[in-house]
Amino acid sequence: MAPKIQGEPLDRAVEAVFNATLRDVRSALEKIPVSSAGFAALISPEADKIAGRIEKAAHDLTAQRFGHTVNLYIPLYISNYCVNNCSYCWFGRGNSITRKTLSHDQVAREGARLLEDGYKSVLLVAGEDPKHISVSYISDCITQMKKLGFVFVGLEAQTMSVDQYRRLGEAGLDSVTVYQETYDREIYHRVHPTGPKHDYDRRLDTADRVAQAGIRNVGLGVLLGLGDFTRDALALASHVKYMQNRYWQTMVSVSVPRIHSWPGGGYMENRVSDTQLARLTMAMRLAFPDIILTLSTRESPGLRDRLFGVGINQVSAGSKTHPGGYTETSEDAAGEQFPVVDNRSPAEVTEAIRQKGLEWVWKDWDVNLKPVG
Amino acid sequence: MVPNNSDPVTDPLIIAGRSFRSRLLAGTGKFRSGLEMTQSLESSGAQIVTVSLRRVDLDNPEDHILKFVDPDKYLILPNTSGARNAGEAVNLATLARESGVSDWVKLEVTPDPRYLLPDPVETFKAAEILVKDGFKVLPYIPADPVLARRLADIGSVTVMPLGSPIGSNRGIKTRDSIAIIIEQATVPVIVDAGLGAPSHAAEAMEMGADAVLVNTALAVADDTAAMGAAFRKGVEAGREAYLAGLGKPLATAQASSPVAGLPW
Repeated sequence: MAPKIQGEPLDRAVEAVFNATLRDVRSALEKIPVSSAGFAALISPEADKIAGRIEKAAHDLTAQRFGHTVNLYIPLYISNYCVNNCSYCWFGRGNSITRKTLSHDQVAREGARLLEDGYKSVLLVAGEDPKHISVSYISDCITQMKKLGFVFVGLEAQTMSVDQYRRLGEAGLDSVTVYQETYDREIYHRVHPTGPKHDYDRRLDTADRVAQAGIRNVGLGVLLGLGDFTRDALALASHVKYMQNRYWQTMVSVSVPRIHSWPGGGYMENRVSDTQLARLTMAMRLAFPDIILTLSTRESPGLRDRLFGVGINQVSAGSKTHPGGYTETSEDAAGEQFPVVDNRSPAEVTEAIRQKGLEWVWKDWDVNLKPVG
Repeated sequence: MVPNNSDPVTDPLIIAGRSFRSRLLAGTGKFRSGLEMTQSLESSGAQIVTVSLRRVDLDNPEDHILKFVDPDKYLILPNTSGARNAGEAVNLATLARESGVSDWVKLEVTPDPRYLLPDPVETFKAAEILVKDGFKVLPYIPADPVLARRLADIGSVTVMPLGSPIGSNRGIKTRDSIAIIIEQATVPVIVDAGLGAPSHAAEAMEMGADAVLVNTALAVADDTAAMGAAFRKGVEAGREAYLAGLGKPLATAQASSPVAGLPW
């Protein structure tokens, strides 16, 4: 089931990136959506020589497809229990943080608070721990969110079976986010040393199961900084293409968050620069005009403002990355998953969006668009 | 003197018994702001504006679309964009009517999230249900003359064939099929989707379309108000030309001032 995004085809694509010339970059822009060869040229360092032209092309294409608008969503962490031990994540079982799974009352309070800010689209986030986070609990949280007034509910949590996803779809789930983190199998195993997430293939096939369950949207991504930038960018693009070809009714969204720091200050051999991140974002947009491209608060205000509308058409703002983050006092605070870099409030971010000549959109979905057709 | 047949008073667009002066329908999505949207609508002269039910927040009085589009001035035509099948489209339309939005609906069923092309099977199913339920149904369809006839037969108040994929700005790529739809029409034909320039709108009107619908081309223009005015003129010019009787294209040259009386 897994897409063929390793081995020789990937090696050839990597070679194409290293051999790309400025001429290849220029000719890539002549035919949009760009081909896989064009994508390779656009993620190569040569692309930086005409970054302005690429930025304009990405901006124009985003406007053409999505208008002068940026959608807003917010993550809501429901639990930070986790049996995995991902070396980049503060929720890893080996880290001593305060653990918490929100009660349904607490979930309702958090949701109500976010609705007050204007949010209509919420991403429920949880670690992976069957003892503390059951499928029934998640299902109840989804139903609760829909009843409260959210029109779009996504989930980023443990991977599940087709039947389990179908059940969550019936409860109102619209989207599942399942980043591969890195497509490099060897590095993947190293940074996911124990726990269910260690199984590379099961994780890779999750997007297929989500689509087979009829969930409308699947979110793919890599955590930049783990694997080699070029290899992961190419593998991610192949995965997107595979999903689009195989599941023609499934919407695909993509995010490429970067690691900025590790628990315990671990060493990162594949650090990704702002320039590389911007390059990849624009290449993704120019290769896939219709996907949702999301940018989280892991990035700085300056970089986020630059990319709003330039490829990026969905952002979060004012995010907290620990359960209870929106309503509970700091004394009760559970541990967070990662430090937020853009700490601006939703109002400050919407103002920044406005200043870029864009309109922010809280609601771009409707509860009557039932997730399971 | 040739009478001005395109006078909107004597040549109105009539849909479901309701008369409109303007033959340009406009969308409300993708604009930079509510203000730009209203300026563009104003200068376009549109009287029917379509509103995506998934975008509009019926519970929020500050929702800009509801706030900026005056229902006394415009017929608000809710659309079912985002619906993947008949059930979802019917759900959306029904709840919008219950909320007092309208019993008119622009029916959009687009299961493919990439090209957003309309699904003929699910669109027909939804139209049947909605027409029976008393809706005025304006279905967005592929340029398929048989589907257009069937939708008219069951009581759709217009048909809205696409010129090219939505938002593509590619103009009328389905010209021959749209010509057949127009020739056979028993309800108004509104060419929808893909019209990126006033010349595209004029082309549709010259062909005899009753109206056109434009959104992206207005919303993403640098000057949305000026583009609204430009489309208005394109639609009017196309309609006037159609009514005036266009010459047929010929393979050979024909002198515009023929020299008469030569011996051979």
